[in-house]
Amino acid sequence: MILFRNVTKVYSTGSRALDGVNLQIDDGEFVFLVGPSGSGKSTIIKLLTAELELTSGSIEVNGYKLETIKKRQIPYLRRTVGVIFQDFRLIDNKTVFENVAYGMHVVGASSKEIQERVPYVLELVGLENRGRRLPHELSGGEQQRVAIARALVNNPAMIVADEPTGNLDPQRSYDIMMLLESINALGTTVMVVTHEQELVNRFTKRVIAIKDGKVINDGMDGYYINEET
Amino acid sequence: MFTHGFMSFAAVCVTVACLVIIGGFSLIIYNLSLFVSDMEQQNRVMVYVDETYDTGAAKSVGSKINLVDNVREAVFMSREEAVERFVKDQGANETFSGINPSDLRDRFIVTLEDNSKMEETVEQIRAIEGVAHISDRPEIAEGIVTIQRVLNIVSIGIIIVLLVVSLFMISNTIKLAMYDRRDEIAIMKMIGATNRFIRFPYFVEGFLIGAISGAAAFFMEWGLYDLLANRIMRMQSMQLLTIAPFREVLLPMVLTFGVAGLFVGMFGSVMSIRKFLDV
Repeated sequence: MILFRNVTKVYSTGSRALDGVNLQIDDGEFVFLVGPSGSGKSTIIKLLTAELELTSGSIEVNGYKLETIKKRQIPYLRRTVGVIFQDFRLIDNKTVFENVAYGMHVVGASSKEIQERVPYVLELVGLENRGRRLPHELSGGEQQRVAIARALVNNPAMIVADEPTGNLDPQRSYDIMMLLESINALGTTVMVVTHEQELVNRFTKRVIAIKDGKVINDGMDGYYINEET
Repeated sequence: MFTHGFMSFAAVCVTVACLVIIGGFSLIIYNLSLFVSDMEQQNRVMVYVDETYDTGAAKSVGSKINLVDNVREAVFMSREEAVERFVKDQGANETFSGINPSDLRDRFIVTLEDNSKMEETVEQIRAIEGVAHISDRPEIAEGIVTIQRVLNIVSIGIIIVLLVVSLFMISNTIKLAMYDRRDEIAIMKMIGATNRFIRFPYFVEGFLIGAISGAAAFFMEWGLYDLLANRIMRMQSMQLLTIAPFREVLLPMVLTFGVAGLFVGMFGSVMSIRKFLDV
């Protein structure tokens, strides 16, 4: 579960990225976080993964209170949140299998566990026949699937996707969203950060709209940004 | 391990170069110190015993001299031996063959622990009963002490500068290697790796780089030193210099190269990775 209570983030430059944000995302939800560039979407993700410290307010993510979290606890918080990025962030000299296995390796999983779990996750994202390929031998959509597999491999409580379709064509973008929806159906909370209005409106999901660091809309009525707000 | 082969190779090369320079300089300093202490050994104080003392009584003065602080040893030389040496020093010239030993005094050749305290030590010896005269050369002792002090200060200064330069160069080389891997480190952090987990392979790599560099630098230093020492020994103009054999400093050099290599490798790796862990 994610719980933001009156969260404000002011950067050292004085720029106010978030201004009194309140939101709650329950376990098992599928949520779109939308907004124009510079609205504060990326700041929310960085706060969720403790890459940034909040200025005021409180944040709770999967049981961790981020305003008081200790540095040594941050890796364990991150294991509960699988993050997917627009640029995939795969390791170029590792195969698809190794990239996904790496996610388990860093948390100390045994070889046996890795051999059992990775093929299952690759099958889940439709890459069961691509295990031996290197990332550059795959299409953009396939690379994003590898990133999703790596995010999923440790069975996190939540997947956070930061513009996951930014580098993909509309059909592949839709396929990725369908994949994320099927992952959500298995019980994983999914939060997709995007500014692709058309894509968001193809799904009937909760949409949280952010502008100038404030939540301006939160509902099931699709992508909605009131330009006058 | 060593996934970025060229950078690891560069780190080894820089470390070896720095260690060889530091080691070489230390060996030069060591040999100069030997030379200075050799000179120091030759700067002795001559203590003459009252001529009324017979040999037995004269020798007993020696045991009192030996009790004085800062006296390393007092070697007895009888009047007969003194005449013999004098004649020999004059090239066995017959002009001096008629010298009567009774014209000279029994004496002690005294070497000191610390030449900087020569003046007060001489005063203590002068106070001993039976000592008739002391021949010392304080200006030489002072000169040697000054040379030694300057040498110590200069050598410590240069070694510190070289060490700082080495650490800076090595740290920069390792930072470059880390910069090359920053994306990989960021991915590891993102998927929940602990700092200890991320550091470990770099720590092991630093250990190996340090160990390989230390060993390579040691053998290179040994080879270069022997080569140069042999050349110097063969030169007529350098006959005065005595070069210590490398075997004499083998153990300290092994320890120094080993510890310095490992310290620089591991410390360099761990310190360089710190800023990349702050994500």
